[in-house]
Amino acid sequence: MSTETSPWEEHFGSRENQSKAAQLGMWIFLGSEVLLFTNLFVGYAVYRYYYPDVFVEASKHLEVGWATVQTLLLVTSSLFVALAVHYIRQGRQFLTALVLLVAIGMGVGFLGIKGWEYWKHWTEGALPGEYYRLAELPEQGASLFFTLYFLLTGLHAVHMLVALGLLGWLVWGAVSGKYTAEYHIPVEVGGLYWHLVDVFWLFIYPLLYLVE
Amino acid sequence: MNPSAESSQPAVTYLNHETTVGSWLLTRDHKRIGVMFLVLVILALLLGGIFAMVLRIELLTPGPTIISAMTYNRMFTLHGVTMVWLFMIPAIPSAFGNFVLPIMLGAKDVAFPRLNLASVYIYVAGAALTLFGMLWSGADTGWTFYTPYSTTSPTAVTPILLGVFVIGFSTIITGLNFITTVHTLRAPGMHWSRIPLFVWALYGTSIIQVVATPVLGMVLLLVFFERVMGVGIFDPARGGDPVLFQHMFWFYSHPAVYIMVLPAMGVITEVVCAFSRKNIFGYKMIAASTFGIAFVGFFSWGHHMFVSGQSTFGSGFFGVLSMLVAIFTAIKIFNWVATMYGGSIELKVPLLYVLGFIFLLMFGGMTGVAVATTSLDVHWHDTYFIVAHFHYIMVGAVLMAFLAALHYWWPKMFGRVYPERWSFLAASTIIFGFIVTFLPQFLLGNLGMPRRYYQYPAELQWLNVLSTAGASLLAFGFSLIAVYLLWSLRYGAESTPNPWGSKGYEWHSGSPPAPHNFTEAPRFEREVHDYTVPEAPRVY
Amino acid sequence: MTPADESLGGTVNELFRRMLFLPEQASTVARDVDFLHYLIITTTMVMATLIFGTAAYFLIRFRRRSETEVTRKVEGTLGWEVLFVGLPLTTFLVWFFMGYHDFIRMQTPPPDAMDVYVVGKQWMWKFTYPEGPNAIGVLRVPVGKPVRLLLTSRDVIHSFYVPAFRIKQDALPGAYTQTWFEVTKPGSYRVMCTEYCGLKHSEMWAEVVALSPEDYEAWMQEQRRGLVARRDATPSAPEREAPQKPARQAARYDAQEPQGELMYGERGTLAERGERVAAERGCLKCHTVDGTAHIGPTWLDLYGRRERLTTGETVVADEAYLTESMMKPQVRIVAGFEPVMPTYLGVLEAAEVAALVEYIKTLRGARLETIRSEGPVYEPVGGK
Repeated sequence: MSTETSPWEEHFGSRENQSKAAQLGMWIFLGSEVLLFTNLFVGYAVYRYYYPDVFVEASKHLEVGWATVQTLLLVTSSLFVALAVHYIRQGRQFLTALVLLVAIGMGVGFLGIKGWEYWKHWTEGALPGEYYRLAELPEQGASLFFTLYFLLTGLHAVHMLVALGLLGWLVWGAVSGKYTAEYHIPVEVGGLYWHLVDVFWLFIYPLLYLVE
Repeated sequence: MNPSAESSQPAVTYLNHETTVGSWLLTRDHKRIGVMFLVLVILALLLGGIFAMVLRIELLTPGPTIISAMTYNRMFTLHGVTMVWLFMIPAIPSAFGNFVLPIMLGAKDVAFPRLNLASVYIYVAGAALTLFGMLWSGADTGWTFYTPYSTTSPTAVTPILLGVFVIGFSTIITGLNFITTVHTLRAPGMHWSRIPLFVWALYGTSIIQVVATPVLGMVLLLVFFERVMGVGIFDPARGGDPVLFQHMFWFYSHPAVYIMVLPAMGVITEVVCAFSRKNIFGYKMIAASTFGIAFVGFFSWGHHMFVSGQSTFGSGFFGVLSMLVAIFTAIKIFNWVATMYGGSIELKVPLLYVLGFIFLLMFGGMTGVAVATTSLDVHWHDTYFIVAHFHYIMVGAVLMAFLAALHYWWPKMFGRVYPERWSFLAASTIIFGFIVTFLPQFLLGNLGMPRRYYQYPAELQWLNVLSTAGASLLAFGFSLIAVYLLWSLRYGAESTPNPWGSKGYEWHSGSPPAPHNFTEAPRFEREVHDYTVPEAPRVY
Repeated sequence: MTPADESLGGTVNELFRRMLFLPEQASTVARDVDFLHYLIITTTMVMATLIFGTAAYFLIRFRRRSETEVTRKVEGTLGWEVLFVGLPLTTFLVWFFMGYHDFIRMQTPPPDAMDVYVVGKQWMWKFTYPEGPNAIGVLRVPVGKPVRLLLTSRDVIHSFYVPAFRIKQDALPGAYTQTWFEVTKPGSYRVMCTEYCGLKHSEMWAEVVALSPEDYEAWMQEQRRGLVARRDATPSAPEREAPQKPARQAARYDAQEPQGELMYGERGTLAERGERVAAERGCLKCHTVDGTAHIGPTWLDLYGRRERLTTGETVVADEAYLTESMMKPQVRIVAGFEPVMPTYLGVLEAAEVAALVEYIKTLRGARLETIRSEGPVYEPVGGK
């Protein structure tokens, strides 16, 4: 693989076709990813129906303010990733790397806030299942809320980590000149993935934090 | 048989252009990947078959026979896990689909060859994890992993859950690759309306794989978290609902049946056309019914839960939708038989398997309709009737199609011809053995013998003995196939490029095909399986 | 067989039933369910013969006569496709409505049904009558009266299945489900668990004994008398459980010799017995039930609580820990309490321990009671 000089693969026939295939493949993968989260959303819907009041109460234990900051960070970072795609289409590799780095910084900030929030939950015992120690709320229901909270945000955080790795790899590729105005499929596809991770958060945020 | 065709056989084939072990293990050639999958799934079939034989021998007597109840419970779990996830789901798509699909479309490879190779190793990793779990202590939950039993069972459920989770990625990658290949790598002249029905079947399958597999992955992960960390999401003591697991599980696992059956139906369509020398009757109907099954299959999962306390209305809803799946299947059966009308039929072994397939699918399908009437399911749910029903579909139909594909494409894949008489003997033994194995199980179910029973009432013994006798016939038939196919690899006569005179597009390439399938770009001048002219398709 | 079965319909029914290896039809719904079964099997056989006959005919009629033979292109016409869709669709829908009609009936207990509570646990069935008596392994019901079963499970999912009645219902932990039947003739009928539940899943059997209404009434009277008699005779002695045979031994099952029947005349529920035991054995001298700390930890909200031990570890007060604390009280002491409790090993009967645990389980604070229960709530069927 490393001996390959051209990123263009012969069996696609044409470059447009390779780009099209990569995009289509990514979209299918994103569709698959969406369904990975479905179970958790369904679980959330079912248990919220079982324990409506407890869920609202439990939600008040979360940091709405900081979550809003997280949301803003992610949405803005998506903007920068979109800019990166824009720049690489014009062949401006340095600028691409720069905006990607900004996006990475915001992603790290997001995870930092998340980590702090987790630590806070740890100290007060708002933990899933058998670790649940929060006395104010009944274990039945509230422990399920925190199970779902940790699974949803945890799964999202894992996706963030993967996406951050991906962006880092893109930065390296852009700096080393691998991506040009002609060949920039990885930037477009990696950008799509980042947007998806962003969109997931836009579903998780209202469900967990803005429950009324 | 045709000397001019002999000359068009490429001298350099995908088998002989490189022969080192490394050239196989690191190959990106879809054909070699297909062959590797074929070997892997056949090993899985062997393993699952051994488990099945042990189960059948244990059931020879009503009490304990050769193994303890604990071993028996592990054995049926491992049989299910191996057969469903290691054999049946990857069998036709990953082995034959990988081999044939790009050639049918006139492509040099699938869209993402590296991902394709990765899917092999992900499968191997998942299988290794699963085997590790089996060797460690095995799981005794049944392949359905129903909570709360699966979250409390002391056996090695955890590695098996993870193994199945990992194998899921292999499935998703294959599906993703096929969809992208169909969209982007069709050769010039390959219009949407000319795509062979096997490819359509794989396309429908791929959609299910991509959509349903992550749902299974997540639900297995939830059970994993519950076992390892006690998150309690299905734990009634913490307010969880164990039936929710069943909904999530069957949302995948019911469509998974169509992941197995749709490619099988695709194989049948190809084989019926090839050996009847006829175009398919109702191309659009068959293609449409494929997508009908793929779509409706997602909304019938609740028929696994008629007696779980789900609402009566819900049961009715899922019952009606399950009937629709049967309609789409019926359409296909009628069209296959109608295809034979006005044909030039030669009864070769693949066609014999197809007849077996249609026969068994009909009974498997009709018993499925009977179960979907809801009232009858109350009696049959979780009895041997259900066991027989889904073995008719999954073994009767899928395995028949697998064997039909194996015999139909064997010359294509390896360029060798197998001995005809032996293959007929084996096919007849298997079809007969299958009926003897599973017909008594319908009756056992009627009598009320629940599934997953280590011991059973003594009056049911003779039916169980009959079933075990049939299983021995099956084992004999499979051994026979293994012997003569392995024999043919070395001593079999070399095949001509198109031994069946088929006009399926995959015969545009040599048998075995050249490394990049074609030595020049293929042209698609006629519709698939157009037998109105005598000459066989040109080999490119 | 009821006399009506001498008719032609009855003879045909009996013929089909034997051909299809179905068990006897002992409930009011069984015959209707079986009728649909016969209909579907017959239709399937006819259709399969037709389709296979057609295929076989084509196989011979259109056999290959020369290697270079060409065939004419045949396209499916709309008419054929409508037939291919319409024929099965109509048939299937008719069957579905017949089946669903029966299914609704099977799912809806009649208003005059009597209730029996059924608890599944690994690996036995326990039946409780609202009148008081309990039974393990044998459910006695009167013939000709609808019986509603309210099922739940103590551990994993089980499924209550009586082949002769054509009924089956899952028993779920943490929730109640229901089913009903009406037996048509006296006899004993096999009950099996059909949801895989672990090691002895295939031995989790019980039986339904259907008695004539007079016999049933007599039996119930005797049970009630027995309850009263035992209560009068031994006011405080714990009921000794008869050495319990498994509901089923090895693989043989003889319905004529019911095994494992166990009736104990006991007062009230297990928890009520536990309350009495607690008072009689002096537990309440050290443990309160109102939440205040005394010599020992309070029992209020104890069950399922996470307790910190003197060793610094924590433990969940589940059945195992509660039992251990009665038998080996010195092993694990809750932090803040002195190791002063005597052992009750050999003092308490097994049944008393169970009763105490059940009693402790019922001691729940108000906090938990505000939460919605997870199972469906059943009103009496006759209500509204």
